[in-house]
Amino acid sequence: MNPIAFLILSVLTISSALMVVFSKNPIYSVLWLIICFFSITGHYILLDAHFLAVVNLIVYAGAIMVLFLFVIMLLNLNKETEPHKPMILKAAAVLSGCLLMIVLAASLQGYAQQPPAIITEEFGTAKGVGKVLFTDFLLPFEVASILFITAIVGSVILGKKHVND
Amino acid sequence: MLGFPRSELQIMEVQGSEYLPLLIQLVFAFGFVAMVLIITHLIGPKRKSAKKLESFECGIESQGNARLPFSIKYFLTAILFVLFDVEVIFFYPWATNFREFGLQGFIAMFIFVALFLLGFLYLFRKKAFTWD
Repeated sequence: MNPIAFLILSVLTISSALMVVFSKNPIYSVLWLIICFFSITGHYILLDAHFLAVVNLIVYAGAIMVLFLFVIMLLNLNKETEPHKPMILKAAAVLSGCLLMIVLAASLQGYAQQPPAIITEEFGTAKGVGKVLFTDFLLPFEVASILFITAIVGSVILGKKHVND
Repeated sequence: MLGFPRSELQIMEVQGSEYLPLLIQLVFAFGFVAMVLIITHLIGPKRKSAKKLESFECGIESQGNARLPFSIKYFLTAILFVLFDVEVIFFYPWATNFREFGLQGFIAMFIFVALFLLGFLYLFRKKAFTWD
């Protein structure tokens, strides 16, 4: 892995993620989030996950961000002020965030000592991903389509006026 | 070879360098857009008044606020687009291995698409594509 590229991408990812949180205007938050997703795509390329990089670009930076913009525009943006959350809620949010950080750090601790995985020629390409997906992970792949059906049904139930038939 | 010392060429050939053409294309695309924007700002006359800019709004005299909450029906279309978009992505790893997988891979994909078609039929029955 190229350390300079990794460093630049990491700085870009973290700073754009922080800008998502600190932007006052929700539309600017979404735009920063797009930059964040682009830099995460760069991380995937550095990790040799080429297919995942393209998918991340198409689905997240392309489609999911449009949905985010939709949701923001569905909200009423005419109100200038945001209601202030009480202090105890803010403290609870900070505390739960720190706890999540501890859990993540503890669960990832062992991985640093492990030897890096051996990367073959077609690792991470569409061909390589397909070979694994359609042999070792065939059942999760089929179950994913059931997950999609639940998503379709859920979106219709939430977003469609019920027609009496 | 372009005056590069041997070691520098080797550094450029490390992993990830197959993305160099893509990077050049991206730089060119962004550079072109930025250049056009800057040049039009520099050479174009600037007379910004409410009357002048109004015609760029939509051609019709603008009324009220642009920040109007719109119908959820658009959102339904958008989220269905995303779902089928993700479905199509699963075709790429399948299509590149189509010959190797043979019949077994075909059946696996058939089940996947059949379940999706079930959802598609459900959408038709629920009239999710009609605009009422």
